[in-house]
Amino acid sequence: MSGEAEFRVRVAETETVADGIRRLRLVPLGRAALPLFSGGAHTVLTMQDEDRVLRNPYSLMGSPFDSSSYQISVLRTRDSRGGSIFVHDKLKEGSELSITAPVNLFPIDRRARRHLLIAGGIGITPFMAMMEQLEREELPFELHYGMRSKAGGAYWSALRDTYGRRINTYFDDAQQKIPLTRLLENQPLGTHLYVCGPAAMIDWVLTEAREAGWPEENVHFERFSAPPAGAPFTIELAKAGRVIDVKPTQSILEAIEAAGLTVPFLCRGGACGQCETHVVSCSGTIEHNDHFLSAAEKASGGKIMICVSRLKSAGSRIVLDL
Amino acid sequence: MGLVFKNETFRDDFTFSNSPAAIKRFPFPFHEDRYMYTVNIEPHIAGPKGSVYEFPIDIDEHYLSDMRDRALVLKEDPLRCQSLPHMLTAEWDLVELLMTSMSESYPEHFTLTREGDNWHWINRPMGIDQKFTFGDVATLPYRPMEYITRQCQGDFCLLDQRDGDLWMDAGIVSTQADWSLDFDVGMSFKEWHAPVPMAHEVGVFDRALKFLLNMQQGKPVRRLNWTMTINPRLDTSPENYHKWGKDRTTVTPENVGNKVHLRVELQGLWRLPRSNAIVFSIRAYLIKMDELVTVPKWGRRLHRVLKTLPDAIADYKGTTRYRQTTIDWLAKYDDGAPTSKGCWPD
Ligand code: HEM
Ligand code: FES
Repeated sequence: MSGEAEFRVRVAETETVADGIRRLRLVPLGRAALPLFSGGAHTVLTMQDEDRVLRNPYSLMGSPFDSSSYQISVLRTRDSRGGSIFVHDKLKEGSELSITAPVNLFPIDRRARRHLLIAGGIGITPFMAMMEQLEREELPFELHYGMRSKAGGAYWSALRDTYGRRINTYFDDAQQKIPLTRLLENQPLGTHLYVCGPAAMIDWVLTEAREAGWPEENVHFERFSAPPAGAPFTIELAKAGRVIDVKPTQSILEAIEAAGLTVPFLCRGGACGQCETHVVSCSGTIEHNDHFLSAAEKASGGKIMICVSRLKSAGSRIVLDL
Repeated sequence: MGLVFKNETFRDDFTFSNSPAAIKRFPFPFHEDRYMYTVNIEPHIAGPKGSVYEFPIDIDEHYLSDMRDRALVLKEDPLRCQSLPHMLTAEWDLVELLMTSMSESYPEHFTLTREGDNWHWINRPMGIDQKFTFGDVATLPYRPMEYITRQCQGDFCLLDQRDGDLWMDAGIVSTQADWSLDFDVGMSFKEWHAPVPMAHEVGVFDRALKFLLNMQQGKPVRRLNWTMTINPRLDTSPENYHKWGKDRTTVTPENVGNKVHLRVELQGLWRLPRSNAIVFSIRAYLIKMDELVTVPKWGRRLHRVLKTLPDAIADYKGTTRYRQTTIDWLAKYDDGAPTSKGCWPD
């Protein structure tokens, strides 16, 4: 049951679509078609950077009905692990990689009478696929999309051409701001809210929605964390009988994989729960960086999401039930 | 290879029976001499040739008779097939899954031709030749789920995934072991499982739900469930309890072999692509005790399983009134010899 369904793909096209944003089109290798997917789904790319393996999740932004290729867009960030820099600087047309089968942790709720989509920056990508599907299924939606600037925002102009007045754009450098309070107050009953963007924006939207009395089940968000860097520490795998050092820029999951073992994962961003691991014992303090465990579970220290969480202080040691 | 479809009934005169080949491939569910609820989920990958696991969707000698029984049930009670409006995309996903699987596994019986959204479906055993537009409800004589499941053995539930739970928001259920779609529709995973004894306490449903929520496309899974049924009746629904409930009082030492049936459900689960829904298939296989004991290992083992079954589970499965009579009858076939591991005949 573990082990992910993976496909080999080739980069068929790359394009800089805005300042620091690169679009890739991936076509299947050795098979006729890629699986269809649902709007909001992501895939995990496996990239070989010299002797280092990088695995990062990206939302699928192409048409869910196109099985001939997948598209992703990657923002260049100064993340400590260098995944986005690799995509920008090292992937070329013709490069070959592995990707996992699509998984959707941000699906459309089709019971909604209306879909209110709020995007910030690169958070537009899952909505691109979602809108394609909403349109095809004749479900009413509107998008509010905030960007730094016209040059720094991707796809806004093409989206306006396709969907017309349902696309609303806001540019920071023109002092435009998504009129969230007004939007949240003026929705017909049965509207569902979706938000994807920087963490601060998601927090802002969720807080406002709660204050405006939105029922929790009508509010959807996609929040992946990149595994943060930190102090080096040591893990011990109780069942496998292995002791492995975790480097400052590695996650526990990456360290385990680098040691040649496999552990199930789906999102690598602390959202899906797949990598939940029991803690046998721990000499340090766990820094829980996931969005999956409850506050009580985090406090008890009995479980850890190994894709994003780590130990706080250098030299400490954790024994995992793996 | 050619399947020969039998003409038989699951009601009134109950002419249903298994051919020797069907007995041999029966999915006997007990891998050891006792039974308890577990998270018995395994990958739904191809099994041995001729077994019920050879293909993702199993079509067998009872196909046409099963489909005739389903049509009768639906005619009397249209609420056996229900779908909430937001499940239409999942219904189309199901059409694709079943038509693709049936035509690839049984090309001599079913053919699917696709050109973009223009689909052409041929079901030779049922004499159906249908051109339609995928995604356009108006081009089929029924809604998509009902259309294809009137041509496919097994009950089907479509589960919508949201808010960290699964919701039974559509289904076609005409061969069930005493539960009702009309009652369960719209419920969440733990709500519809509420009547099951013992399993909640040991965390079976917590673990199963967590597993299902993260199920991936292209990696279907399956599990077996079982119960017992008096007479080879497919429709043992609460709606028709007045018709079959009294059958349980008719079991005598003389008629166990013919009346008492082991009923095994092969349940498959697939993640669907466009809707992100999950389809849950429940395919019921029936075997009467006379047929079952032709495999000595099965006779011995079922005797031991029934003897040691926790009362709460035996009651839940509705076997209380005839359990002892059946155990006594099976005792003749249990010489106390050890049984080998695994489900298959020795
Ligand atoms: C999501 C798909 C599933 C659906 C739609 C489903 C549906 C049902 C229903 C309707 C019942 C009858 C409850 C009643 O008495 O009213 C049932 C029973 C049960 N289910 Fe599920 N189920 C699903 C998945 C699972 C899984 C994955 C497990 C794994 C452990 C499981 C374990 C059981 C058990 C142990 C029973 C009691 C069966 C018996 O003793 O006859 N179910 N299920
Ligand atoms: S892989 Fe999804 S939470 Fe860790």
